[in-house]
Amino acid sequence: MSATSTDDEAAAEIRAVPVRHPGRWVASALVVLLSAMFVHMLVTNEAFQWGFIRDNAFSAPVLSGAKNTLILTVLAMVIGVALGIVLAVMRLSPNPVLSGGAWIYVWFFRAVPRVVLLILFGNLGVLYAQYDLGVPFDRQIADLFGLSLDGRFLSVDANTILTAFVAALLGLALSEAAYMAEIVRAGISSIDEGQTEAAQALGMSRGRLMRRIVLPQAMRVIVPPTGNETIAMVKDTALVAFVPYYELFFQLQAIGSRTFQLFPMLVAACLWYLAITSVLMVGQHFLERRFSRGTRRSTDRGNRRALLANRTKAPENGSEDA
Amino acid sequence: MPEATETPTPMVKAERVRKHFGRVEVLKGVDLEVMPRTVMCVVGPSGSGKSTFLRCINHLEQISGGRLWVDGELVGYRQRGGKLYELKEKEVAQHRRDIGMVFQRFNLFPHMTALGNVVEAPVQVRGANRADARRRGLELLERVGLGERCDMYPSQLSGGQQQRVAIARALAMDPKLMLFDEPTSALDPELVGEVLDVMRGLAEAGMTMIVVTHEMGFAREVGDQLVFMDDGVVVEAGNPRDVINSPQHERTQAFLSKVL
Ligand SMILES: Nc1ncnc2c1ncn2[C@@H]1O[C@H](COP(=O)(O)OP(=O)(O)OP(=O)(O)O)[C@@H](O)[C@H]1O
Ligand SMILES: [Mg+2]
Repeated sequence: MSATSTDDEAAAEIRAVPVRHPGRWVASALVVLLSAMFVHMLVTNEAFQWGFIRDNAFSAPVLSGAKNTLILTVLAMVIGVALGIVLAVMRLSPNPVLSGGAWIYVWFFRAVPRVVLLILFGNLGVLYAQYDLGVPFDRQIADLFGLSLDGRFLSVDANTILTAFVAALLGLALSEAAYMAEIVRAGISSIDEGQTEAAQALGMSRGRLMRRIVLPQAMRVIVPPTGNETIAMVKDTALVAFVPYYELFFQLQAIGSRTFQLFPMLVAACLWYLAITSVLMVGQHFLERRFSRGTRRSTDRGNRRALLANRTKAPENGSEDA
Repeated sequence: MPEATETPTPMVKAERVRKHFGRVEVLKGVDLEVMPRTVMCVVGPSGSGKSTFLRCINHLEQISGGRLWVDGELVGYRQRGGKLYELKEKEVAQHRRDIGMVFQRFNLFPHMTALGNVVEAPVQVRGANRADARRRGLELLERVGLGERCDMYPSQLSGGQQQRVAIARALAMDPKLMLFDEPTSALDPELVGEVLDVMRGLAEAGMTMIVVTHEMGFAREVGDQLVFMDDGVVVEAGNPRDVINSPQHERTQAFLSKVL
C-alpha cells in the first residue's frame, strides 16, 4: 500500500471489494434446514390436530377469556405504573415517613409470590364479611365513652366489592406496583443531578420538576423494562385461575380437559400469547420512539466531542486510508 | 437586616458565611458585597469553594453559619424576634425565580428544543401565557444569536450554542441577579468568545452578575470587582486591574502567576 494517492483516486467514491463472510452462509444453510424439519414436523405430526385448534381456539369462552386477559393486563399495568411512580417518588423523598412507607410496600409485595397473593385476595372475604367506610375506630371510641354511636356512612358486602375480577386485578396490580416502583426509581436515579439543579435554580417546585423535567427523561430508561413487565403480565394473568377468575388459558385448558385434546389447546395457548405479545411489542416500539426525543444524537458530551473531532479530522484520515 | 442607609441595598451581601459538608469546612467566613448593576468576578484555585458559595446564594446549598442577603432579604431563612426560621420549600423556590444561574455543564433539558428550554420556566413557574412566552423566548434567543436554531434539541447544538441557550433560559425569568459558574470551562477554546460576548452584552445592559471564571481578560475588562478566593475565604478583593496588576497577597500572586 502506498502512503500517498493521486488526486483522482482520493476524490473518487470508494469502490472496494466487501469483506466475505463464509461462516454466515454455512450458518444460514443450517438454520434453513432445521426450520424446514420443524415445519415438516408441525404439519405432519398428528398430535397437533390443526383442524381441532382452528375450530376451538376462537370459541366463545376462549374469546371471552382472551378479553379478560387483555382487560386484566391493561388495568393491572395502568394501576401498577401509576402507583409505581408514586411509590418511587415517595421512596426518593426526603420525608422519612414517605420513603419508609414506600420501602415497606416494595419489601412486602416483592416478597410474596403472585400466586400466593392472588389466592390471598381471592379469600379476603374471610377477613371481613362486610366493608364499612366511616370514622376509624368509631365503635371503640363509642364504647370508651359509653355511647352507642355508629360513624359509618357506607357498608358493602364483601362479595359485592371483592368480586373475583377485583381480587384478581388487585393481586396483579399491587404486586406490579412494587416492581414498577423499582424500575421508576432506577429511571429517576439515572437522570443527571444537574437537571434537577437547573430546574430548581429556575424556581420549580419538587413536584413540577419531577413531572416536567425528570420523569420525561427517565421514561427512556423506564419504557423498555416496562415493556418486559407488560409482557410478563400478559402471561401472569394465567395465575388468576387461582382466585378463581376465568381468562384465556383457563378456558383453553378447560376445553382441552373436556375433550381430552390437551396438547392442541396448549399449542393454541402459545399462539394466542404470541399474538398478544407481538401486538404489545409494536406499542412499545412507538413509545420508545416517543420518549427518545432529543437524544437521537447522543447527549453524552464526551461522545459529542469525539463526534465533532472526528468530523473535523475526517478529510485527512480519508486520504490516508485510501 | 442591613440598616437602611442612603446608599442602595447591595444585591448580594455576605457576612462571615460558613458552610461545611459533614466535617469538611468548605467556606470559612466569606464576606463580600455586590452592588446592583455591577459585575463581580470570582477567581481562585480548584476546591477553594467558589461553586459552593455561588450555590449558597440561590440556596442550592444551605449555609451553616453567618448571614447571606439577596436584595435585602435573608437567603433561606426568615428572622423574627432574634430567631431564625427556615423557609418553606415554596418560599425558597419563589426567591430562586429572581436569580438566574448558568452552569459549567449547561444542564439544558435534553428532551426540549432550545425554545422549549427557554419557555419552560416562564410558563410553568410564572404561569405566563404560552404564546407570549414563545414570543419573548424567540427574542431572547435572537439576542444570544440563536434565533434560527430555536427548534433544535440541545444534542444538536455546539457547546457554545448550548451555553448561550442556557443564558437565554435564565434571562427568560427576568432575574435581578445572574450567577455564572465557570460558564466557559467546558467549551472548546474557539467557542469561549461567543459566550463571553453575550455576557459582556448583559453587563453593559446593567445586569448584576457574579461570575466564577478563569478568563482573566474578561474579569479585567468587564468586572467591577475581582475577588480572589482560596481555601474557603476571600483572600483579596478590589478593582480587577489593581488585583491583577499588583496583587497584595502572596497567595494571590502565586495563583495569578499560574493563570496569566
Ligand atoms: N456536596 C458536597 N459534599 C461534600 N463535599 C463537597 C460537596 N460539594 C463540594 N464539596 C467540597 O467542597 C470543596 C469546594 O468545592 P467547590 O466546588 O465549591 O470548589 P470550586 O472552587 O468551585 O472548585 P472548581 O474550580 O474545581 O470548580 C471541595 O473540596 C469539594 O470536595
Ligand atoms: Mg466549581
